[in-house]
Amino acid sequence: MNGVNDFAFKIGTVNGTGSASANGLLMQAIFRMGIPVSGKNIFPSNIQGLPTWYEIRVSKDGYTARPSEVDLVVALNPATYSKDVATVRPGGFLLYDSSWPLPKELERDGITILGIPFGRLCVESFEGDRERTLLRNIAYAGALTALLGIDEEVVDTLLNQTYGRKPKLLESNHTAIRLGRDYATQHCPCPLPFHLEKMAATGDSILMDGNTACALGAVYAGATVGAWYPITPATSLMEAFKAFCEKYRVDKETGDRNYAILQAEDELAAAGIVIGAGWAGARAFTNTSGPGISLMQEFLGLAYYTDIPAVFFDIQRCGPATGMPTRTQQADLLSLAYASHGDTKHPILFPANPHEAFEMAVQAFDLADRLQTPVFVATDLDIGMNDWMVKRLTWDDAYRPDRGKVLDAAALEKVKKFSRYLDVDGDGIAARTLPGVGGKGAYFVRGSGHDKHAGYTEDSDAYREVVDRLRRKFAHAATIVPKPACTLREGADVGLITIGGCDAAVSEAADKLQAQDVVVDVMRIRAFPFGDEVREFCEAYDTVFVIEQNRDGQLRSMLAIELGIPRDEMIPVLDYGGMPLTARVVVDAVSGHLAGVPA
Amino acid sequence: MTSIAKPPVRHPSLRQNSLGLTLRDYEGVMSTLCAGCGHDSVTAALVQAAWELELEPHRAAKMSGIGCSSKTTAYFMKQSHGFNSVHGRMPSVTTGANAANRSLTYIGISGDGDSLSIGIGQMAHAIRRNVNMLYVIENNGVYGLTKGQFSASADVGSTSKRGEANEQAPIDPALLALSIGATFVARSFSGDKKQLVPILKAGLAHRGLALIDVISPCVTFNDHEGSTKSYRYTREHEVEAVHADYAPVHAEITLPESGDHLRVVQMHDGSSVRLRSTAADYDPTDRASAYAHVRACQARGEIATGLLFVDGGSRDMHDLLKTPPTPLIDLPHERLCPGAAALDALMARYR
Repeated sequence: MNGVNDFAFKIGTVNGTGSASANGLLMQAIFRMGIPVSGKNIFPSNIQGLPTWYEIRVSKDGYTARPSEVDLVVALNPATYSKDVATVRPGGFLLYDSSWPLPKELERDGITILGIPFGRLCVESFEGDRERTLLRNIAYAGALTALLGIDEEVVDTLLNQTYGRKPKLLESNHTAIRLGRDYATQHCPCPLPFHLEKMAATGDSILMDGNTACALGAVYAGATVGAWYPITPATSLMEAFKAFCEKYRVDKETGDRNYAILQAEDELAAAGIVIGAGWAGARAFTNTSGPGISLMQEFLGLAYYTDIPAVFFDIQRCGPATGMPTRTQQADLLSLAYASHGDTKHPILFPANPHEAFEMAVQAFDLADRLQTPVFVATDLDIGMNDWMVKRLTWDDAYRPDRGKVLDAAALEKVKKFSRYLDVDGDGIAARTLPGVGGKGAYFVRGSGHDKHAGYTEDSDAYREVVDRLRRKFAHAATIVPKPACTLREGADVGLITIGGCDAAVSEAADKLQAQDVVVDVMRIRAFPFGDEVREFCEAYDTVFVIEQNRDGQLRSMLAIELGIPRDEMIPVLDYGGMPLTARVVVDAVSGHLAGVPA
Repeated sequence: MTSIAKPPVRHPSLRQNSLGLTLRDYEGVMSTLCAGCGHDSVTAALVQAAWELELEPHRAAKMSGIGCSSKTTAYFMKQSHGFNSVHGRMPSVTTGANAANRSLTYIGISGDGDSLSIGIGQMAHAIRRNVNMLYVIENNGVYGLTKGQFSASADVGSTSKRGEANEQAPIDPALLALSIGATFVARSFSGDKKQLVPILKAGLAHRGLALIDVISPCVTFNDHEGSTKSYRYTREHEVEAVHADYAPVHAEITLPESGDHLRVVQMHDGSSVRLRSTAADYDPTDRASAYAHVRACQARGEIATGLLFVDGGSRDMHDLLKTPPTPLIDLPHERLCPGAAALDALMARYR
């Protein structure tokens, strides 16, 4: 890093002061200059007054993982000065608000310290505390346009688009941009050694967060019932679904809403609602995070045992307990895979980014209907809430939902007797009927022991017949869920296995390792249960690393449990502090291990 | 066992409703509850009410949680779809099913443990949402399936079979429902079919959640001296404030027009409920007086029964959600999916 179109900067502010719009403006401006960019919002579980950071990475090579080092820190929160100054890479820059003398905490050798009196400039130019506070953010964005060479026209256009209908606000924003830009131009070495130059590498891309993408997937898949209980970092998924439904699902003539969104009293009820709706024949989903998954356990077992489709989006955050609600992790893997008491197993899809989240959201509804079971889409806070640069979303109008095996009245006419849990096709999936269909199709759903005719039973053989069918169904699921994504290199003798959002850092790490003459193949697991390809990859290398974001190596455990791969033969690379993974963590762990350095 | 297996032959003289169905067609599998269980009488009343209302069995969905009460959904309307879910969670499952398909008649059966302890939150919120459903609580003050623990509806001083007295104040589902905005609240007694059947019919016709608390004695664990949910105690302390007669849409009115304080409440489907109050100052369409009446009865050691409150113009969950008259499950994919062109246009917002 640290050249043209290849650097990272970080802005430290206080949350609740309006810095989000300035940070978004910077991201979008760089994106519109055609330069690959990604942003990580590192925010507190709080509404106002605590430290918050925004990291922006610019990468001409298109790397989107969290940066391994930061070239420039904009330190605007005195409470984190000492922490912030320490994160600047040697030879990097720090920009602070010089309305006040340079504080002792910010002094550091080996970096360049720049001061711009944002506070004073805003006091001189604007009226009122609120406006001054808000526009101080736009002023630092203005300074960065000069320091980093952000195109003035692009910024002006963005402001015009954002505040076009509010002329007064528009004018003050333009003024604030100019304040920062002019001061920086006159007093700072603009542009800095690392800066931006226009490219044409984002034309086919968008900036989107995963929660928005999942919501859009739910709309396109034809989901009609969404039930939820607010929880960080899953909340914005249902909010996005609501906004899309208001745009696309309201009948223009009657005003009827072709969807039902139910904010439930808790996650238990949210699970119950989607299972009731799934039983009744709707495509239904809920969005939650770890604590909600814990609460939904009993219902998940019910849906598993009674063959009811539903989609559960789990936007993982740092556990256990309340944990760190605004930090990211992949620590729900085991609790999703085997959710609920008794012998239970559930399909899970693991998107790596918002683009795949959109596609997998749609797939999840098809799989849930096909397999008649709850299907999870497991993302995390990093994918769910951060804006990622991904390929534009596209849609094929030929798509038709796969509703699986459903017998309607006409189909029921042709069968002599309807038995709800009879495995006719040998794939473990029995045809279902929907409530409301004629007499022959009626049956009684029960979470208590039942036989293949859905009748109550306490008989060992009749019970086993049903749970053995469920095991066959799960084996069948392994053949139809998304296959792993493998990136193979010639001469590789090391395998890296990873999952979900780690993909960005692991792919980058593979490139960096190659530069060090360590050639690795990468397999990103995209679904549970694991298909044959996963086993084949695991067995193909003498050295296999499993890279994931939890303390206990949950993915590694699942590979051991499900495929019988000896656990100790897979080397864990675990990053679980709550921050998105960086390539450096992976490179250091892999090259360190290969060099015999103990982890 | 309360009943022996019945032969599948039909007596030719059994009366048929307009669907050509007899009472037997509304029965379910043989009950496995204890002989004399109040719940079986509730089941019989439900069979009667559904037959009289001429419900198409396959257009009804029977919903329940866990417990003796929740088992009863298997004992009526065997041609209906049924869902025996998890303990205390029948309301959420019914909410979801109703959201997906509003065209079915939802019959929820619960108990005092299912609804007043583990599931009190779900019951309360189903009431708030005003899910269009019948919500019957078969209330016996005791946990039957786990053999006789007090439930949250046990009265202070009521004794268990072993003689232990309950010290905690009871939760009265009727008062709770009234206080959180229920649009239909009634109480009855499993031993009073004459009162119960018309209330069930009115509840089924109600648009919104119709909560019916049915005192339903547990013969095995709570029908002794000292119990306040026994047959004897209930018979002696029941005070019917308002008698409901249900009149379907085109029914001939055979009841006397005059009489004590007659009120006619029109239901959404054009049917009507005719309420006869026994006291001049009692207005079953007024929430505050209903609440006061139940409290006053409670203070006197009496059990207020009858149709206690009804709001004939209530707006149910779908009215509040502004969903279309067509069930959501019947909307074609073309109306749900915005399509490729819309997605392409939307992408501009993310650039």
